[in-house]
Amino acid sequence: MVILQLAVIFVFLAAGELIVWATGVPVPSSIIGMLLLTLSLQTGIVKPRHVEGVADFLVANLGFFFVPAGVALMSCLDLIKGQWVAIVLSAGLSTVIVIAVTGLIHQFARRRVHGHGVSGK
Amino acid sequence: MVMEFLENNYFLLALTFVVFIAARILNRRTGIALLNPILISVIVLILFLWLADIPYETYTAGGNYVEFWLKPAVVALGVPLYRQLSTIRKQLLPIIAAELAGCVAGIISVVLIAQALGASREVVLSLAAKSVTTPIAMEVTAAVGGIPPLTAAVVVCVGIFGGMTGFRVMKMTRVKSPMARGLAMGTAAHALGTSAAIDTGGQRYGAWASLGLTLNGLFTALLTPSILQALGV
Repeated sequence: MVILQLAVIFVFLAAGELIVWATGVPVPSSIIGMLLLTLSLQTGIVKPRHVEGVADFLVANLGFFFVPAGVALMSCLDLIKGQWVAIVLSAGLSTVIVIAVTGLIHQFARRRVHGHGVSGK
Repeated sequence: MVMEFLENNYFLLALTFVVFIAARILNRRTGIALLNPILISVIVLILFLWLADIPYETYTAGGNYVEFWLKPAVVALGVPLYRQLSTIRKQLLPIIAAELAGCVAGIISVVLIAQALGASREVVLSLAAKSVTTPIAMEVTAAVGGIPPLTAAVVVCVGIFGGMTGFRVMKMTRVKSPMARGLAMGTAAHALGTSAAIDTGGQRYGAWASLGLTLNGLFTALLTPSILQALGV
């Protein structure tokens, strides 16, 4: 079963790679594979049991997989010398903006769609 | 002799696992958000390599076996997305509107602020995807020509910062509905925002947060190249 589930994941990843290779779109192949997998589950071409065990394992351990990628930071410290302030301030301010914008727009749009206020309005 | 063994692929691979597990135990025991297991592992491993004078290229020979699973893991995110489809459909318009707005606001604001503060083009490109979960963010950065490891480090810091400040920001801006709050936390601060949302509001907040994380990951991957082009980066 694990082999089948792995096969499903890699077939969809390969399909994503194929689409990127054939069209040259600047979108990660893994994202295209993810969308194709969601679509196939929705249409029933792939059943949840064909992919679930391995998929849940991979999703639960996402964090671990990018530790080596983070270690790569040691090889590019020269590139970002003198830019720490710009990086920290822009990322921090932008994060606050994203939280406020997402929350406010959702609250506003839901009120408009459903025609009633949210608690504590 | 011993120093030579330290460059063994499987030793470095085993070390990566052990350091991560130790960091996770430390994080759980102390409950301190700043002691993020990924951040701690990265710092400890970099220090180790630096002290033992092992070049990064040697480390990757082992580390690649772990990094290899990033792409399949992103594909696997299709499963939770599929499970959330019925919820998304019921609330389609408000969710899509909020996610699109948050995604676009995040990319434009970080790019403009970083440019204004004099960041180089490569750094600006690496910051565009800073709000989304690392595997997606790194893929986006690689696709637009930035520095993926820088993105990985920034993403983790954004997650920690968003998790710590998110609810305070929403209190100030009067975002009150649980759904809006959960979505915002996942959108701005991915998995770390999601876990902060669960800590504060329970599983209900967590479900919305993971939806925000997935949708912003998707929108960011699809829109970043065009937004960067429109901004002339």
